Amino acid sequence: MSRLLIENIIFAVKIVVIFGAVLTAVPFMVLLERVLIARIQQRVGPNRVGLDFIPGLGFLKGKFIIGGILQAFIDGAKLFLKEEVRVRAVDPVLWRIAPLITLVPAIMILAIVPFGPPIGLNIFGDWYKIPLAITDLEVGILFYLAVTGVAVYGIVLAGYSSNSKYSLIGGIRSSAQMISYEIALSLSLVGVLLIAGSFSLSRLIGIQSEGVWNWNIWKQPIGAALFLIAGFAESNRLPFDLPEGESELGAGFHTEYSSMKFAMFFMAEYMNMFSYSAILTTLFLGGFYGPIPLPASVYAMIDQPIFGIVSGVGSAVIGVFWFSVKVFLLVCLFVWIRGTLPRFRYDQLMDLGWKVMLPAALVNMVVTAAVIALVAKPISAAPTPDGPALTIALLVAGVVQVVAIDRILTARKRRILGHAH
Amino acid sequence: MLIDFIKGLAVTFKHIWKKPVTFNYPEVKRPQPAFYRGRHRLQRYSNGLERCVACALCAAVCPPEAIYLEAEENDPKRPVGAGERYARLYQIHQIRCIWCGFCEEACPEDAIVMGPIFEMANYKRSDFVCNKEQMLDAPDKGFGEPIVLKVNQPL
Repeated sequence: MSRLLIENIIFAVKIVVIFGAVLTAVPFMVLLERVLIARIQQRVGPNRVGLDFIPGLGFLKGKFIIGGILQAFIDGAKLFLKEEVRVRAVDPVLWRIAPLITLVPAIMILAIVPFGPPIGLNIFGDWYKIPLAITDLEVGILFYLAVTGVAVYGIVLAGYSSNSKYSLIGGIRSSAQMISYEIALSLSLVGVLLIAGSFSLSRLIGIQSEGVWNWNIWKQPIGAALFLIAGFAESNRLPFDLPEGESELGAGFHTEYSSMKFAMFFMAEYMNMFSYSAILTTLFLGGFYGPIPLPASVYAMIDQPIFGIVSGVGSAVIGVFWFSVKVFLLVCLFVWIRGTLPRFRYDQLMDLGWKVMLPAALVNMVVTAAVIALVAKPISAAPTPDGPALTIALLVAGVVQVVAIDRILTARKRRILGHAH
Repeated sequence: MLIDFIKGLAVTFKHIWKKPVTFNYPEVKRPQPAFYRGRHRLQRYSNGLERCVACALCAAVCPPEAIYLEAEENDPKRPVGAGERYARLYQIHQIRCIWCGFCEEACPEDAIVMGPIFEMANYKRSDFVCNKEQMLDAPDKGFGEPIVLKVNQPL
């Protein structure tokens, strides 16, 4: 077999494995969200559909999390079996493709996320280096921004094609929200790109290797915070779920959707959450690198070829482990913030987007560029971490910015409320 | 401003580790306080005789007129109640009842009291008419002492 064919097969297998793994993770994310929100509200949470129907596991009945482990699958099955209600007044074509336009970009983002360091595979005597990412695009970040920009069309079209007032308002809100936050989202990444000198995600991870002190979050605290906030807005999660807004819009843009079409929107929300967590991990939290690097001798030992077929399994397992832990914690953060903050009012949302986040992103970009120019960072060919000088300079600049933003926000709050707090 | 945000997150984070205030309802029922006004109970003396003397004060005081009773003379040889008369028929319409507890207060004999049962759903409207048999305490259960309300009892 030719090398090209084998590489294509490896490629296809990677797509299937990553796609399958992430799609399986979605029901568990739903369950995690329901359980965590329940605990925040001091409720018991889902514990009815567990594994206790299996003989011998009856003691699991009603236990925390385990007692409801199948809840998410049951919910999915329910959505599959639901009758699909289609209103006659909808625009049939747009109405059908809108959920797809929402779901597909959310999944496509995963194509560029590196889940772990590359492993070697011996097929018919040839060694293949397999990076644990579907692709490593040279323009990874641009791809990411382009794909997230498409996702909004699904929501807007869903709202427009439903021919319902609530849906339309939801779609309009969504488009306004996306325009406001997309800019801050893109600008918040500029700092990271300046530091890395590249759009490639593998390089962005490479400069964050060798320890927690090299992670980009220390160099770009403002960038990370803005990216996180914009991520909430882009994935329509509380506190920015105005397009859905149950209390004022019914269910917003997906009011007229039922059965699997609704499930696609639902899945897209959670896939978005996952994708944002994955990208945030990759860009700011060191990707698949652990907080403390193991000595090179340990890596040399655990990466020995096994049976002469695969090599690098040890570091791959460790990498996937740390990546999963970080994504899990970020998903928990998403849920935690949902459990804490109420929904923004529309004018507050616009205010935050245009008057706070956009200026903050611009200032951060200029400050980062200035600091990099002052510290005179050479763009190295190989992706290696920069010295501590740049980190310290950027950290100081970041802390100054955080304090300044805090002061400005507090002063604005006083002015808006009209009395001292 | 950012400090306020972190404070808010800290509050919810603390709540995660607290014991849930809700119950696994069908298996675990919420314990009711002693003064809970649930389904009515008709009490007996410790020798098994009914306390009710069929004075009909409860029916008289009942604001929605949910109580209906028919009195009958006690047979001295085989007495049902402790007084001269007893209630041959004692019905409470649980849909009409407003659970005010006036019957409990009006009763001179402490015969009718309100218990802790709150699960009273039924399939037919006619099933909501509660008969004496459903409300009467078991004969071997003595409730000779008058009920003392413990108002500040913890749940």
